[in-house]
Amino acid sequence: MKLNALVAAMAITLAAAASAQVANTGAVKIGFITDMSSLYADIDGPAGGEMIKWAVADFGGKVLGRPIEVLTADHQNKADVASSKAREWMDKDNLAMLVGGTSSGTALAMAKVAAEKKRPFISIGAGSARLTNEDCTAYTVHYAYDTVALAKVAGSALVKAGNKNWFFLTADYAFGYSLEGDASAVVKANGGTVAGAVRHPLNASDFSSFLLQAQSSKAQILGLANAGGDFTNAMKAAKEFGINKTMKIAGLLVFINDVHSLGLANTEGLQLADSWYWNQDDASRAFAKRFFDKYKRQPSSLQAADYSAATTYLKAVQAAGTTDGDKVMETLKATPSNDFYTKGKIRADGRMIHDMYLFEVKSAKESTGPWDYYKLVSKVPGDQAFTTVADSKCSLLKK
Amino acid sequence: MEIFGIPHQAFLGQLLLGLVNGAFYAMLSLGLAVIFGLLDIVNFAHGALYMLGAFAAWIMLDKFGVNYWFALILAPLVVGVLGVVIERVFLKRLYGLDPLYGLLLTFGLSLIFEGIFRELFGVSGQSYPVPELLSGATNLGFMVLPNYRAWVVVVSLVVCIGTWYLIERTRLGAYLRAGTENAKLVQAFGVNVPLMVMLTYGAGAGLAALAGVLAAPIIQVNPLMGSNLIIVVFAVVVIGGMGSIMGSILTGLGLGIIEGLTRVFYPEASSIVVFVIMVIVLMIRPAGLFGKEA
Repeated sequence: MKLNALVAAMAITLAAAASAQVANTGAVKIGFITDMSSLYADIDGPAGGEMIKWAVADFGGKVLGRPIEVLTADHQNKADVASSKAREWMDKDNLAMLVGGTSSGTALAMAKVAAEKKRPFISIGAGSARLTNEDCTAYTVHYAYDTVALAKVAGSALVKAGNKNWFFLTADYAFGYSLEGDASAVVKANGGTVAGAVRHPLNASDFSSFLLQAQSSKAQILGLANAGGDFTNAMKAAKEFGINKTMKIAGLLVFINDVHSLGLANTEGLQLADSWYWNQDDASRAFAKRFFDKYKRQPSSLQAADYSAATTYLKAVQAAGTTDGDKVMETLKATPSNDFYTKGKIRADGRMIHDMYLFEVKSAKESTGPWDYYKLVSKVPGDQAFTTVADSKCSLLKK
Repeated sequence: MEIFGIPHQAFLGQLLLGLVNGAFYAMLSLGLAVIFGLLDIVNFAHGALYMLGAFAAWIMLDKFGVNYWFALILAPLVVGVLGVVIERVFLKRLYGLDPLYGLLLTFGLSLIFEGIFRELFGVSGQSYPVPELLSGATNLGFMVLPNYRAWVVVVSLVVCIGTWYLIERTRLGAYLRAGTENAKLVQAFGVNVPLMVMLTYGAGAGLAALAGVLAAPIIQVNPLMGSNLIIVVFAVVVIGGMGSIMGSILTGLGLGIIEGLTRVFYPEASSIVVFVIMVIVLMIRPAGLFGKEA
């Protein structure tokens, strides 16, 4: 019996040693978990995964002399699927870093797993500002945008233009709540009022009923705190029911794919906040051209951020000389980024502080063709766009 | 005047909107009921056929300039022919087997159709404009109803009642029903039963496609539009009683209204209220509200 136990213990120790050996010399694995097939798949999805692979290839395919491998998975917008996949990769495949895609519920779940396993987690597609506020961890980087920035950039511009009384149509999950809460705060801070809100299920089949409720609130402005297919269907129904004649409509999270699919006739004049636009400068246009040649559409800000984030991470690994989570995080937070997507810096709470933009959708007359959709209204510096240190509840920020 | 704490005008508006959605449920569950009642096939591909109908209309308009009115006839025909092909190539082999096989096969087909369209068109969806003649809205006093939604209710009611009449009140319908009871005997009387069954599936597919064309101007034409809807429609069929045609029509309209009211009183529950009702109905009447006890 004793001998048996001893042999078993040895076997376990040896096995652990053997796997540790593999970990240090095998491939550096980067994971990407996002919505690959449902309502957010166009704004991020498989093309987002491909951007990470491009970043790896452009980096030379190797870091610290080890090959880089990219794993991708579909979380189907389910938090449990996302977190169990993340856990599996970190335990079994010794994943070095995880990139989180769209849907805030999944991102919050993955951030917990990453923190527990001490691996860097870069959240891109998810919006909830909780990721670097109440729920911040030492291993989370929130790279592209968040609900606070959307609210401050798009919301405050509208309130200042005289749209004081708001009603929200909110997607019934983490992201919707964050966006509605953050936007309400901005509206009130700028002297506006919130008449009410109605919450619709994710992937709702019909919006007319919710829109009628919004209309009977007699508010001036209807804030759409939803995204993707929910946003486009809500916009379409709003036009059909003539809601846009009695209320001004504000899309709080709008991607260029949404504008493309709705058409300029349905979106003309819409103001929106985003972190990047493909036509904003030469470097961005060069990236966009490469994307367009493969996908026959222009990249969303998320897909650009996927590329940029993977590159930023690999540079940090190179500089730190290790894939160790703590050391890489230290390097990430110490090194400012400067590429076509972002010129910014990751703050102690994990928030990438960079410029955000307020765009207005062009009219069909102004647009020169497909994908020429935005004109720049204003550029908002990062320290004004995101949660300020004073407002943050994250314990990692020294005040 | 207020009803349950909301002004009665708003209440009437919500009832009407529920009826519009109910019209879609009724049309889709009707097709399912016809196919199940006559073929014993649980047609999980129904949502995909609905999606194909909407896409057929969009492709006709976008690529060939075929307007809404022609699409309303052509798209169901095209999808109906596809239904005939599906019946001849696949379903024919499954008659007499456990209905589970048909369910799995049609479920697989719907995944394939959705996958193909997702690959070709992405998930953002395509915009289909409301036809000129039906654009605009009418002020009913208690709400402003887009003319197009009124049109949807009218078409749907005509189609539902027409289908019910055809199956329950005509000689052709009698053949169909007899064919499902005892195919051999009906065949012996000189009726071509396989042809009849084939056309029935084609017609069911056409009904789904018609609902798809009707939905195209209202929602984004999107490869996932069918799978978002089909589960609810199945719940409608189960509540109404599998195979009962009038049952599926009435249940479809009724549940549309109940769902619409839930959107007002407790919006968070609007996506599950149909399933709550399904559970209650199954506990009290396992065969469904209009189903015959086995």
